[in-house]
Parts: sequence; C-alpha cells; structure tokens
Amino acid sequence: MGECRFGGWRANATPMPLPANSEEMPVSPMARTAPVPAATDPAIIRNFCIIAHIDHGKSTLADRMLQFTGVVENRDMKAQYLDRMDIERERGITIKSQAVRMPWELDGTAYALNMIDTPGHVDFTYEVSRSLAACEGAVLLVDAAQGIEAQTLANLYLAMENDLTIIPVLNKIDLPGAQPEKYAEELANLIGGSPEDVLLVSGKTGVGVEALLDKIVADLPPPVGDANAPARAMIFDSVYDTYRGVVTYVRVVDGSLNPRERIQMMSTKASHELLEIGVSSPEPTITKGLGVGEVGYLITGVKDVRLSKVGDTVTNLAKPAAASLSGYADPKPMVFSGLYPIDGTDYPVLRDALDKLKLNDAALTYEPETSAALGFGFRVGFLGLLHLEIIRERLEREFNLDLISTAPNVVYDVTLEDGTVITVTNPSEYPTGKVSEVREPMVSATVLAPSEFVGAIMELCQTRRGQLGGMDYLSEERVELRYRLPLAEIVFDFFDLLKSKTRGYASLDWKADGEQAADLVKVDILLQGEQVDAFSAITHRDKAYNYGVMMTGKLRELIPRQQFEVPIQAAIGSRIIARENIRAIRKDVLAKCYGGDITRKRKLLEKQKEGKKRMKMVGRVEVPQEAFVAALSSDDSKAKAKK
Amino acid sequence: MPGALPLGDPAPTDGLLPPQAAIGSSERRFGLYVHIPFCAVRCGYCDFNTYTATELGGGASQDQYASTARGEIALAQTVLARSGVQPRTLDTVFFGGGTPTLLDTDDLTSVLAAAIDTWGLTPGAEVTTEANPDSVTPESLMALAAAGFTRVSFGMQSVQPHVLKVLDRTHSPERVPQAVQWARDAGLAVSLDLIYGTPGESLGDWESSLDAALGYAPDHVSAYALIIEDGTKLAAQIRRGEVPEVDDDDHAEKYLLAEEKLQAAGMQWYEVSNWATSTTQRCRHNLAYWRGDDWWGVGPGAHSHVGGVRWWNVKHPSAYASRLAAGLSPAAGRETLDENTRTVEDVMLRTRLVEGIAVNRLSPSARKVIPQLIADELVDGGSAIRGTLVLTLRGRLLADAVVRKLLPED
Ligand SMILES: Nc1nc2c(ncn2[C@@H]2O[C@H](COP(=O)(O)OP(=O)(O)OP(=O)(O)O)[C@@H](O)[C@H]2O)c(=O)[nH]1
Ligand SMILES: C[S@@+](CC[C@H](N)C(=O)[O-])C[C@H]1O[C@@H](n2cnc3c(N)ncnc32)[C@H](O)[C@@H]1O
Ligand code: SF4
Ligand SMILES: [Mg+2]
Repeated sequence: MGECRFGGWRANATPMPLPANSEEMPVSPMARTAPVPAATDPAIIRNFCIIAHIDHGKSTLADRMLQFTGVVENRDMKAQYLDRMDIERERGITIKSQAVRMPWELDGTAYALNMIDTPGHVDFTYEVSRSLAACEGAVLLVDAAQGIEAQTLANLYLAMENDLTIIPVLNKIDLPGAQPEKYAEELANLIGGSPEDVLLVSGKTGVGVEALLDKIVADLPPPVGDANAPARAMIFDSVYDTYRGVVTYVRVVDGSLNPRERIQMMSTKASHELLEIGVSSPEPTITKGLGVGEVGYLITGVKDVRLSKVGDTVTNLAKPAAASLSGYADPKPMVFSGLYPIDGTDYPVLRDALDKLKLNDAALTYEPETSAALGFGFRVGFLGLLHLEIIRERLEREFNLDLISTAPNVVYDVTLEDGTVITVTNPSEYPTGKVSEVREPMVSATVLAPSEFVGAIMELCQTRRGQLGGMDYLSEERVELRYRLPLAEIVFDFFDLLKSKTRGYASLDWKADGEQAADLVKVDILLQGEQVDAFSAITHRDKAYNYGVMMTGKLRELIPRQQFEVPIQAAIGSRIIARENIRAIRKDVLAKCYGGDITRKRKLLEKQKEGKKRMKMVGRVEVPQEAFVAALSSDDSKAKAKK
Repeated sequence: MPGALPLGDPAPTDGLLPPQAAIGSSERRFGLYVHIPFCAVRCGYCDFNTYTATELGGGASQDQYASTARGEIALAQTVLARSGVQPRTLDTVFFGGGTPTLLDTDDLTSVLAAAIDTWGLTPGAEVTTEANPDSVTPESLMALAAAGFTRVSFGMQSVQPHVLKVLDRTHSPERVPQAVQWARDAGLAVSLDLIYGTPGESLGDWESSLDAALGYAPDHVSAYALIIEDGTKLAAQIRRGEVPEVDDDDHAEKYLLAEEKLQAAGMQWYEVSNWATSTTQRCRHNLAYWRGDDWWGVGPGAHSHVGGVRWWNVKHPSAYASRLAAGLSPAAGRETLDENTRTVEDVMLRTRLVEGIAVNRLSPSARKVIPQLIADELVDGGSAIRGTLVLTLRGRLLADAVVRKLLPED
C-alpha cells in the first residue's frame, strides 16, 4: 500500500478506499493501512480522550501512541509532541487540548482512532469538558507512584457525566516507586470492576501502550449517528491561526461535511463556504470531507472566532438540520486583574493583542478600565491564577508588551443601604457610601491527601474561613476532605501552602459553589498621601490589618528612595491601619575620577535613564514596574504553575 | 581587574580621524594625557588599567615603556597633521595611572621632553603627575620640576592606618606630609586625593583625614566617595561578607563634612569632587575633560577626544606595544558624536562644574524642568535666572538625578 503504510494522510496523497477487512495479513501493532476520512464506516472509528491529574503523563502517553501508530516517525519525535506552544514546552504542561487521528489495526481491521490529549491543571478543566463532548470514551490515567489525585476525581466525574466509557490505566509503572497493585485496587474501587481490568503502562518506555490501543478499539463503543440526516457537527475548539484564519475543530454527529459546500452556524445562522476540510494527523491533512463520528477541522476564511463559536452546531446551508446539538456554556471567569501597559502608548497594542488571544480562548473576558496610577488598561477575567499568568506571559512574549498586572481579585456583589446592588470586579469600584451587605463567591473544594496530614489541612482551611463538608477515607491511608471556602481565600497562595503543609502530597480540586455574605472591607494604600488604586484590595475585616502591614512593608522594600521622604499608608476609609516610610535619598552622584573615559560614563548614564523609563509616576513618586509586579503578584506564583 | 573598554566603531589601523575632528580645531585648546599602567601593588578597590608585573612580555616591560610612549607621541603628531587638525601647543599635560612615579624619573621626563619637542608648551601650561606618597623622593621631585612638571597629585586617601589597610594602600600616613614638603621644596603645586566612605571608616576618621590633609596646606584636594567596582578584590570581600558594605547615607554625610571643612579652610569647589584654594589652582587638565576640549591620550587603554571624535587604545600594554612596534595605531575603537550625543555629554559633564551649564545649551524639553529643579533646591535660582544652571550643595549630592532630568528626550 506504498506511501499510505504509516497512515500519514498527506494533502497530495490520493485517499485510497480500503476494504474494511483487508485480506493482507494484519500486522499489529502498526496499521498497514489507514481508514480514509470521509469514507470511514463509523463502526471502525474510536473517539477518546486522555484525562488525568496534572503531570500524570497524558502527553507522554500520547507521544507513544503517535509513534506506535506511525503518524509521527521516530526521527521526528520529541517529548510532549502535542504541546506546541512555547509556553507549554517551557512549563512542561498542557494548556490546550489537541486532537489527532491515528490508524490502528486489530484482528485484521484497520481502525481510525481520534485521540484528544487534555490539560490536567484545574484552571483548564473547561478544556477537558469540551473535549469529552467529542468522545465516546476516556483513558483515565493515574500515576502509579502517586495514586488518585483531586483532578483524577474531577475529570473522572466529568467523563461519567458525559456517559463515556472509561478505560482505567496506571502509568509510569517503570518508576521504582510505582505501586501498581495498591492503586489498581483503589481505581477499581472508584470505577467499579476488578483490579485486573486496570492496564499497566509506561508512557516513557512504551510498555503496555500497544495493549492499551487494542483495548481502546475493543472496549470503546463506536460513534453512532445518522449518515443520511442533515449534517450536524459540534464545534469543540476554535483557534485563530495567522496564516489560515480561524480553524474550527468539529466532531461530526450526523450526516457529512464536504469541501466547497456552504455551511451554516446554527446559533447565528451565519453561513460560510468551506474552503478546506481535513484531519490532524497530527499535521493538518486535507480530506474529501468528514463523515459520521469523525473528528477534524474546517477552514472557512473567517477571521473572527466569535463567528465560529465553541459549542455551536455546524450544519449544511442547503440542507439544514432542524435542531442543534446541546452545546456548552462558556466558562465563567473567576479571577479578575487589571492589565496595563507600562508604556501608555502601547494601549492599542494591548487591545489588539487581547482581541487576538480571545480568538483562541473563550474563557478570556476583558473590558477597558482606567486607573489613576496606571493609566489606561483592561480589567481581565481569568479562570484562575495559572490562566492569568499564562495570558500575561503570552501578551508580553507574542506581542512584545511590558505589562503591569494588578492584584487579582474575585467578584463581589455589594448591596447599598438603598438596596442598589453593585457588582465589583475591581476594588476601586467598591462604593464609598453606606454598604448593607457584601457577598463573595464560594467554591466547594476537594482535597486528597495521606491521612497523616488531616490535622494540618483542617487548620489551613480553618484560617481560610472554610467549612468542612465531609471527609471520606478512600483507603486506610488516603483521605478526601470536602470544604466550602470563599474563592478569594484559595485563589492566591492556598495551593502553595497546602502543598508545603503536606510535603507535596495533597492535591486540590475546586469548583464554583454559590456565594455568601461576609464582613468584607476595602483596604487602600496611599503613597505620600495619594491613594494608589492599583494596590487597593477587598479583604475580610479580620485580615485587613495583615494585608495593610504586608503591602506597606513590601512597597517599602520595592520602591527606591526618592529625593523626598515617602510615607506609605494602609487605610480603611479614613482610618490608617499601617504605615511605613521610605527615607529620602541623599546621594545620587558618581564621584570618582574616570580620567578621560567619557564614553563609559555616558553609557552608564544612558542605562540609568533607560531604568527611569520603566518607572510609573504616582504623583511625584517614581515606582518601578518591578514594584507593581512584585507587590501585586503572590510571591511564588511562578512555582505554582507547575504542579 | 581593569574595567572593560566601551563598545564603539573599530578604529582604522592608520589612526586617521574622520573629517569632523579637524573642524574648528584652531579655536580649541589642546592637552596631553599620558597613562602609566604600572603599580607596585594593586589596591583592592581599584579597577584602573594598571599592572604590577615589571615584565609583561611583547616589549611591554616597564623599562621599555617610556620609549613605546614616545612612539605614540610621534604617531599622534602625524595622525593629527594628516587628519587636518591644526597644530597647537599644549595647555595641559597630565601623567596618570597607575603610578607614573613608579617609572624611572628619567623615563618620565623623557616622555614629557618628547611631547614638548613635538608640540611645545603654551606659556603657563599646567604639567601634572600623579604619584603615590611612597614612590617619590626629594630628588625625584626636584628632577620632575626641573624637567617642566608644575604640579603633583598624591594619592593620600586617608590618614587612618586601618582605613589605608582596607584600601590596601602601602604608604604610611607620616609619609604624606614629607612628600608634600618635598614637592613644595621642588616648587611644585600640590594636590591630595582622598577617599571617603571606606568600610570601617567612621565620621571621626574622615574628619581626621580632612584635618590632616588641610594641615599639609595643599593647593587642591580631590575627595572621592569609594566606589565598589565590579571585579575588584574589595567587591569580592564585600560579597563574601568579610568587609561591610558601603552606604550612600554615610557618603552623603561625609561629603557635607568635606564641603564644610574645605570651605572653612578657604578652598572652593569647582567640580563635584574637586576643591582648590583659588581659581588658578584648579586642575585645568581635568576641566578640559568636563568642558569637552581636545586632548590626546597616550598609553594602553588611554582615551582621546578631538572635535567630537572619541577613541581609545587597546587595553593591554603588550598589545599596545606590539601595535606601535608594527607601525600601527594603537586605537581599538572610537565613536563620532552626533548632535544629540554631544548635548547629552555637555549636560553630563558641565553640570558638575561650579561654572555650570548655560541654559541655552539645553534642549527645549530640558528647560521645562528648570523651575522644578529650583523648587527642589537642586540648582541655584539666581544663577538660573541669569542663564546658567549651577548645582546647589544638595544638587551636588544628587547631581546624577539632575543630569538625568536635563537630558534631551530622544
Ligand atoms: N518515569 C516515567 N515518567 C513519565 C512517564 N510518563 C510521563 N512521565 C514524566 O512525567 C512528567 C509529566 O508528563 P506529561 O506527559 O507532561 O504529563 P501530563 O499529564 O501531560 O501533564 P499536564 O498536561 O500538564 O497535565 C514528565 O516529566 C514526563 O517525562 C512514565 O511512564 N514514566
Ligand atoms: C588613577 S588613581 C591614581 C593615583 C595613584 N595611583 C594613587 O592611587 O595614589 C586617581 C585617584 O582615583 C581615586 N580612586 C581610584 N579608585 C577609586 C574607587 N574605586 N573609588 C573612589 N575613588 C577611587 C583615588 O583617590 C586615586 O588617588
Ligand atoms: S596605586 Fe592608584 S592606580 Fe595603582 S592600584 Fe592603587 S589606586 Fe589603582
Ligand atoms: Mg500534558
């Protein structure tokens, strides 16, 4: 079968129809032939995603699958092949789901597998839930040295809600610390079934991966749909690409999509011509269309992803479907932060950059805002701190921006005495008048940890105003604690503290869970008597003093001495609760004989001047950008990303 | 560890200057700097281009240095002539280092003689050498004076033995008044270099150094705040915690004390770190640097400036000697200043002088900050109204901040 041997569909390769039961010897593991898109019987399609707690090895397992199915040749292989963004590669984490079509042969039949590698971090759970909607099954991966963690449970729960068939797998069995028997038992208890059903693999060495591919084919149900019905395809991802415009990823449910026909978005009724249709394998590969159960991409020349919205249903304009598929809601931002360009003239660049990122990230929301201290910027909503950090880093890196991000905060509903309710996404919007009630968002959190740490975890949750909801032993030494906590209390350093109090053993998952009234106040920070809105925070009354002391202390360290004394104060309303002082600088002159080396002296001066440019003026106080960044970010947010 | 050379354009091997250098040269003063890159020991704080070995190889031994330097003087004459720069007599000559007086007196005077032969001295010219107190004798100073030197600048630094020790200075404090006396006997004007803010130096220590220095009745005093230069032994000692850090507030305190004492003794500041008993005792060679006059710098790593062209020689004495031996210019790199850079330098250099900078030399944007500078008591209001910015005492301590504010916007 010549060039099609490894199933790499190339744009120029003529698709070759295949007998479903090839007479040629089936040579597992690698399919010798590949089912051709658009002409694939749903019965030989398997759609699955890999879900797991962060770092349990999803992307590495996906690598082995790419290799064993031959879609990526050995010499092209690199670790976490599907993590393509620079930021993913640097941090070693997956941020965006990736779908890949791979051929696999079992008992003489060539199958088409659509695999979706998903992210593990809690901030990106919505990516997982979108991916699940495109699949019939899920490979639930558990690190054989770590066991079940909080996101294992969360993702399993999501998969079950979507009615997916679960294939439980223990990964990293090559590790000396692996305890396959113990965790197979735990997994079986969780899912039902016997420990023997749990597959043992190593994404690193490849052990067990072929058996897993066989099991995917054998155990997962094929997609079902009506090939003759009007086309219905679910958009599960929509990505903006500079060269190709918007690339829309779909899973076809009924009917088929074909090149050159006009398609229609069912929610907006907007219609577009299909310029290109194909599958990722893992490079984009043009096909003759997509049929029932198939996963692939569409290109229409549309430049705005909002016209090709995740969750929408695509149909055929000439023969439209009557009812759309049930979509999913856009994820709701949980954490807000102000983003400001250091250089005010960069504001339009920032606006365009956000518009561009929004194209790929439905979770990103933003609105213009102005800050007295920072000028023009945006209030941006994020799913969590990692999401914030990643967006910020991408803005800086991909759009060459220098940004200040203000202290992240959650949304409050403030009721005034006259009954008006104000939604506060920025502490500076906190009303100055009489407030009768403030409501804050709550989460229900699940913590999994070895039982010896129960005391430490309870203590931490207590100080974070948590209410214990329940506690279960998963096994003798593993316990699940359920808490209801204010979102504001967990969103910053909670996870770091949790990790350090449990020697790294605890894992955390959380989801939004309503709101509650609380005794909250706004703490302002004043530099030389002038309020700096960027540093204001809404905190619980009991913690206001701590915040004031912490922030004034931090700023004293971060703001260089000026030509005059600079008092730094923290205040609730007009009441000062903390105070620090930056003494005036007394000497700023290089007094040394440099001989005639004027050039060196000038270069030094130019460097100093560059440094000054990176200062923001707050009144007459020069505040270095670093001071904003350091004062506003929790100390080790960098470390947090990788967990 | 000598600091790095600046980055610029490469200099041509024949040393010829771009046309800009010649323009208006007949109206500018001309000086000569001679760098002597040798010291008996390297002081722990010092990053000047200086070496302690007597044999550096490649014809760069201390014995041969004078003849190499004379070679560059000959080359300088040719280069200037061929570049169309008007020949001028020398207004100032300055031998610096390193420790010039570490060379044989005959060697030193032979270099001066070569310079005088080549360009001649303007009547009343200033001819200075730096010297360490323990590298001079009554005889050597007599010989220098006889050869045409008019002025000697001693590195006294401090009168306190424990401070001198931290600085790695080899001389004993008693040696300074002796050396000053010998210089006076030889008819030389005397300057003393002092360093303040050395780790472990108390305000009282500094006061005693000022008192001692003033007691020797110098004509001129340079007082430098100790700068911890990267790569020096002292920087390493501080990093390792063996020596306490220096402190800006302490420096400020000591600068104010210096101003107070020197002024009380009848000395007036004329540059941020320099004081003299009268205008005639100001170091004219140093002033030439601040005013942007022309000078040729002889020696490894030496810097020159002629009509908006700055260049600098290769740094190592061996490389320097072999360039000259091969008949090539020792220049390593250079830059030709454009209009904006000239304004930047003008502000940077002239602001430090008591004569100040004329308001009309400033860019329009810089002029706008003048009222604030006056209000902040950084520049003298009366002088500003009369058209010149002159630093106040507070302004002298914050001179770099003032300069940054006065730079043209780019
Ligand atoms: N020893 C061993 N290490 C593995 C194995 N699989 C993955 N790893 C390592 O585990 C770490 C995480 O692997 P990834 O594949 O990036 O994990 P992931 O689940 O995709 O992570 P996220 O996408 O961030 O949730 C990497 O350092 C891998 O090299 C395995 O089978 N054995
Ligand atoms: C080029 S040195 C040469 C003079 C001579 N070699 C000596 O040290 O006595 C000129 C003066 O610069 C000052 N100096 C050198 N290094 C310094 C530093 N790191 N900080 C402050 N002043 C310094 C010293 O006062 C020194 O006397
Ligand atoms: S004697 Fe002068 S030039 Fe030599 S090392 Fe000491 S300070 Fe530097
Ligand atoms: Mg991954």
